[in-house]
Amino acid sequence: MPIITYREALNQALREEMSRDDRVYLMGEEVGVYNGAYKVSKGLLEEFGENRVVDSPIAELGFAGIGVGSAMAGLRPVIEFMTWNFALLAIDQVVNSAAKMLYMSGGQYNVPIVFRGPNGAALQLGAQHSQAFESWLAHIPGIKVCSPGTPYDAKGLLKSAIRDDNPVVFLEGEMLYNTKGEVPEGEYLIPLGKADLKREGSDCTIVTSGKMVLVAMQVADQLAKEGIHLDVLDLLTIRPMDVEAIYASVRKTQRAVVLEEGWEICGIGAQVVDFIQRECFDHLDAPVLRVHQADVPMPYAKGLEKIAKPDAAKTIAAVKQVMYRA
Amino acid sequence: MATKIFMEALSPTMEEGRLVKWNVPEGAAVKSGDVLAEVETDKAVMELVARGDGVLRKQLVAEGTTAPVGSLVGVIAAADEDIAALVSGAGSATPAAAVPTAAAAAAAPVTPPAPAAAAPVAPPAPAAPVSTGPTRSSPLARRLARESGLDVGTIAGSGPSGRVIKRDIEAAIAGGGVTGVSRPPSAVAGADFTDQPLTQIRKTIAKRLAESIGPIPTFYLTAEYDMTRAVEMRAQAAGLGDEFKVSVNDIVLKAVATALAAHPEVNAHWLGDKIRYFSRVHLGMAVATDDGLIVPVIFDADQKGLREISSESRALAAKARERKLTPEQYTGSTFSVSNLGMMQIDQFTAIINPPECGILAIGAIEDTPVVVDGAIAVRKRMRVTMSCDHRVIDGAVGARFLLDLRRMLENPLMLVF
Repeated sequence: MPIITYREALNQALREEMSRDDRVYLMGEEVGVYNGAYKVSKGLLEEFGENRVVDSPIAELGFAGIGVGSAMAGLRPVIEFMTWNFALLAIDQVVNSAAKMLYMSGGQYNVPIVFRGPNGAALQLGAQHSQAFESWLAHIPGIKVCSPGTPYDAKGLLKSAIRDDNPVVFLEGEMLYNTKGEVPEGEYLIPLGKADLKREGSDCTIVTSGKMVLVAMQVADQLAKEGIHLDVLDLLTIRPMDVEAIYASVRKTQRAVVLEEGWEICGIGAQVVDFIQRECFDHLDAPVLRVHQADVPMPYAKGLEKIAKPDAAKTIAAVKQVMYRA
Repeated sequence: MATKIFMEALSPTMEEGRLVKWNVPEGAAVKSGDVLAEVETDKAVMELVARGDGVLRKQLVAEGTTAPVGSLVGVIAAADEDIAALVSGAGSATPAAAVPTAAAAAAAPVTPPAPAAAAPVAPPAPAAPVSTGPTRSSPLARRLARESGLDVGTIAGSGPSGRVIKRDIEAAIAGGGVTGVSRPPSAVAGADFTDQPLTQIRKTIAKRLAESIGPIPTFYLTAEYDMTRAVEMRAQAAGLGDEFKVSVNDIVLKAVATALAAHPEVNAHWLGDKIRYFSRVHLGMAVATDDGLIVPVIFDADQKGLREISSESRALAAKARERKLTPEQYTGSTFSVSNLGMMQIDQFTAIINPPECGILAIGAIEDTPVVVDGAIAVRKRMRVTMSCDHRVIDGAVGARFLLDLRRMLENPLMLVF
């Protein structure tokens, strides 16, 4: 099976969907002539022309709004944000227009749009450009939120997102674009709303998504050497969340740690813990613990940034605590 | 938030405790679970542990002072926190000033420390003292207990603050319905030992008996064996030539090793949270040297013939006296034998060499008038006394071992088979 990067996987997904359906178009800052800030749209302008690959001005609210309007009018836009930090400027179009239109029009207008771009911290980009917004976005009824961590998942999920008839937020990662993985040739789809059990074990479940999947896999490798075998459950889609997969895993292992990139308060982990305590209460042998970013704006200083981020060591400590091995 | 340190009820009947020693000086950082002080109760010296994180700001009770259960003995708080209000009014630890009875003490609230706000891994809320409130248990433990018909309140918890967790229920189920002495599970082929987690009855026996007598609750079983045939056999063998010369002690070692192989329940180590039953017999033999006692080991003694045991024990004893034993030669024994017969000691009790659980003390062989078939006869008799760690070996278990040993030593022909 070919091994390609996360960015190439996204590029394949865009190319295949644009070839398959001429209503699909890509719009955003630098997506055309420059081939994308992270080269995700490399070669697409050349292949599909400037009606299908549109360079926008630096005006997030404006091009997000154009995207929503064109979706209502029958197109299937893919809106690229250079980062989700910049998408804060466009959040009104995401939350108030895209997410609400189907509901407020009494079902007359659906909005088949994908908003995509890198989410979360990279390295030393400072407090304003290092934020993980999945809990903000997943809070909103009316949008779906995907957070793939591997090239295979990125491609299959993006294709499903583009084909979905309602708004999908697609969270990528600057530190993920260069990561590699096996991606089969030819078409495949990964359904929205289904989690993937990336590793099967018996002792504790790690529930995670996105970039943190890679951390969880490291943790699983390391703890396996100590005889602790983890279920690593990759949510893939944060909303709607595959709660049945969570329940099945936690009922098996009887312990869970939730690992996420963002902050603690009202984070994704808080929601996962809530689901677990309601549905798996009698199966738990220990409180569910969470690993997340420290409750501070992301420090710029390298050492402090490292301390603030969730990582393998913190996750291992949490797993051992719920295993009563601490 | 500050955490008050109370004199806790460290035994069910404790009403006051003498603070023997502060382990942590004022001003030192402590974490929940750290041992703050040693407290002498009505039964033993116990550990008083921290119930919160911070700095030990104040020791309110001096070493050597007795304080009633429930009285404030110290304060844990942040380094710069104002604790004046907590400290004032405490200190004098008279029963009137503090909580007057143990019952009231049980109800005395202990301020739980606040969880660290910014810690990336949110710790579970620290728990209150073990001695107060109902049994703590995980939801899973409660469900498993319910399904097994067990009362979770009767099970000792091994989790934080005594929380009963899954493994405790499993241990209770494993030990469930134990009325007599259960045989250890048969050893897996190839494994040298079998670990058996402690059952509840085993845990209770261990705790209660250790409280009663030293760290190893020892009891002693004495038996008098008729060694006439063993002595005759030794003489006959010696008559066959030098290569068949063995001592009576060698015959005893051989018999003990053979009996141990049939009784893994006394061939065991006490490991605190479990008992390790050995399927191999590594027999320690106490040797007196000018420097003191040392116990070289005859490995796999049950697999060795009399001649091999004889030559090996002689070689080990010689090396011991020349101080030439290597550490491998005096570690790893699973059971020991000490013989003072040659010193004309009739009987004695030997001290168990932990983590072993038993040692056999061999006395001298004496010509003794005994009743044989209704008539008085002079027989060669020898007294053996087995010291048993009661946490592992119950009276009947030790007795059964000694009974088998009696059969072998009184019918030494059995050692041939």
